[in-house]
Amino acid sequence: MPRFKAYFDRLSHLFLPLSVLVILIIINLIKGADYFKITMVNGAFYGNIPNILFGASELVILAIGMTLVTAASRGQDISIGENGAIASAIFVQYVLNAGEVTLWTILAGFLISCAAGLIIGAFNGTLVSFFKVQPMVATLILFLGGRSIAFIIDGKVSPILANEISNRIGTVIPGVPIQTPIILTVVFIALVAVVLKTTNLRLYVEAVGINPSAARLNGIDPKKIIFMTFLIMGVCAAVAGFIAVNKAGRHDSVNLLKFIMMDAILAVAIGGNSLGGGKFSITGSIIGAYTIEVLNRTLLRLEVEPEAIKAFKAVFIIILMVIASPVVRVSVGKVLDKAKTIVAGYSVRKTVGLNKAVLSVTDTSAGKKEE
Amino acid sequence: MLSEIILKMEGISKSFPGVRALQNVDFVLRRGEIHALMGENGAGKSTLIKILTGVYEKDAGQIMIEGRPVHFKSPQDAQNMGIGAVFQEIALCPNLTVAENMFIGRGRDALVQWKQMNAEAARMLNSLGIPASPTQELSSCSIAVQQMIAIARAVDMDCKILILDEPTSSLDEDEVQKLFELMRQLKARGVGIIFITHFIDQVYEISDRITVLRNGELIGEYETAALPQIELISKMMGKALSDVAAIKKHEPPKSEDSVPIFEATALSSAAGVRPFDFAIQKGEVNGFAGLLGSGRSESVRAIFAADKVTGGEVKINGKKVKIKTPLDAMKQGIGYLPEDRKGDGIIDELSVRDNIILALQVMKGFFKPLSRKQTEEFANQFIQRLEIKTPSLNTPIKSLSGGNQQKAILARWLLTHPRYLILDEPTRGIDVGTKVEIQKLVLKLAEDGMSLTFISSEIDEMLRVCSRLIVMKDREIIGELSGMDLTEQNVMHMIAQGGK
Repeated sequence: MPRFKAYFDRLSHLFLPLSVLVILIIINLIKGADYFKITMVNGAFYGNIPNILFGASELVILAIGMTLVTAASRGQDISIGENGAIASAIFVQYVLNAGEVTLWTILAGFLISCAAGLIIGAFNGTLVSFFKVQPMVATLILFLGGRSIAFIIDGKVSPILANEISNRIGTVIPGVPIQTPIILTVVFIALVAVVLKTTNLRLYVEAVGINPSAARLNGIDPKKIIFMTFLIMGVCAAVAGFIAVNKAGRHDSVNLLKFIMMDAILAVAIGGNSLGGGKFSITGSIIGAYTIEVLNRTLLRLEVEPEAIKAFKAVFIIILMVIASPVVRVSVGKVLDKAKTIVAGYSVRKTVGLNKAVLSVTDTSAGKKEE
Repeated sequence: MLSEIILKMEGISKSFPGVRALQNVDFVLRRGEIHALMGENGAGKSTLIKILTGVYEKDAGQIMIEGRPVHFKSPQDAQNMGIGAVFQEIALCPNLTVAENMFIGRGRDALVQWKQMNAEAARMLNSLGIPASPTQELSSCSIAVQQMIAIARAVDMDCKILILDEPTSSLDEDEVQKLFELMRQLKARGVGIIFITHFIDQVYEISDRITVLRNGELIGEYETAALPQIELISKMMGKALSDVAAIKKHEPPKSEDSVPIFEATALSSAAGVRPFDFAIQKGEVNGFAGLLGSGRSESVRAIFAADKVTGGEVKINGKKVKIKTPLDAMKQGIGYLPEDRKGDGIIDELSVRDNIILALQVMKGFFKPLSRKQTEEFANQFIQRLEIKTPSLNTPIKSLSGGNQQKAILARWLLTHPRYLILDEPTRGIDVGTKVEIQKLVLKLAEDGMSLTFISSEIDEMLRVCSRLIVMKDREIIGELSGMDLTEQNVMHMIAQGGK
């Protein structure tokens, strides 16, 4: 039993994202009972659920990186979309200039773009950890300049990625029923899980995020850890850029992963993580990312005018954030406590009443004896 | 007249998830009396006070003020009933004037009548004998005066019951006397004062009665004059008298030619301590003595490389080593329990388990996490050995009492099996019982061959534990005392004269 309780305690922070997800799914089911329907087209699964998993791939990967950066540095990286655009621009140039495109070309291009991601992460990380620039200000630099860099790498055009392998990475591999971006996302999540399991990443990042001074006195170098989270974020951006550009089939430096940092930060917040750093839940952020994708698609399904979608989303987020805010949590807790005390008080009164009755009985009997 | 009861708390009980904080506690306060509420950390003092000030709601029991039952739903209710409270941390605005601080947020008029306000403040300060002017900025007053102003503010709200929670912990001797003067005045006016402190001498100096709590239960109410100190301590700890008195100093084995386990020459750090020499033998307990700001903490921080080391040479067992970061020091078998428990010691949101295994884990390395089972074993082992009171391993350490937090940090370092452990103010702000436990533990560890440096602001505590004291003044070592010379007077003399 206590083991179960500990398990549920650990899950309690997932209450908010999961309940939002359930509500959204219910709304969708009311709209049409065929929400979960999955069809087979050309040997691959299609339907609402595969579409959500497909659509949220990049966001999930970026939300994971954002979770770590937030936890350690107590701030956010707002340049992730731009970084993804730069890394993928390098990938596209490599592939276009490699001559015949084989799986190895793609793989080499992917690794080179990951290296670019590391360099970008090192740049942001250096500013934040060694020069103590606010994360949001430090990453503002690439947020502003990143797309221009990507545009120049592209040779001032939108190069088209028209090879068969890229197409398969962006959609499906014949014979495999699940879309490739979904598989890549799952592999990435598994990789992160392995890293968390086999290293002290969580302990170090949380310690640094909660109390850098105490962490330092226990032998952890907060600068190194913050720097490392930005490196990881850089790789996440490169992977997300890789998936996005293969999905799109061309590198549009202006629109690729545009404003995705907003959704990534939101996913972290919905996942029950504090944007002020400290303890983190990657599971929460992943669920948060999928929740955002479901929300986007729900609004489309409800035939909200495309122009109005953002406004609806904003209202939804306001409601969500107010519900999740400490103010509401505390008062809900108080109401629950009160309910408990009323129930407890009632039972106490009952037993006290019984005792009194017993006492009076003994009193009277004692009195009788004296007589 | 003196024995007129103004506050009666009967059968107060309060539970939190997993903890029974108070169980059927009675408390009686009479008019014009100073009543000390004593108990170790976690005894239930603060819970009782929070119920009395309306912060918590009681689960059961009754509160009567001047014979009438009352029920507080909020701190505002309690204030309206004439209960004022001043806590350890002064909750005033340092950049406002004294008068503004006394009247701010009292909801009189929207427009402030400056002249009237200042005049009234002056009248109050005068009548209470507080040496401050209404128009001076609060931050320009000493801490003691700020504390008094906080009290004046509380008293002015037509207060019959005044709660002072650790008001003296940041005051020096003179300031304490001034505060006591004010308390005596209020007492003469008929205010009932509840006084909470860790300083037992102060309790005997000023209080009329003592109520002792232990583990959420009432131990008893006593006339101060009729309760010897040693008995009070044993009631608070729930231990026999002999236990408290039986701390015996451990003398390290004397041998002239043995190599010190740690030796530093001309060590200096960026925190501004003068280059100093220092050595400690195996099984020795020494200490840095000196006034606040004399460089005690900076010296040990330099040893652990907690501040940037700027010069000097360090030898471990006679072998030259480089200690540039805390991790280097840890790898050389040095542990350091910092002075500021909250700021430098605990990682407050992490669990007790993670806090205990942290240093060991870091020494093992980033790529070698301990298994969950191992961490559980380690943490449990020390929770038992040091008697750390925690609902579970996974409880965030911030919800433990100060003494238990400190024990967890101690456990963290003991788990790394250091050969040299530095304890900077390990007993500050924790209860008498835990204090004695920690002192005993230090001596036990030394007996088992560990070397320790023990720093405390309470000189008698250091005299009890250390066999050698290094005396510091103005960031410089001015002398050393050991053996028969090691007395409180000699330490004072040395500081006063600035060395021999």
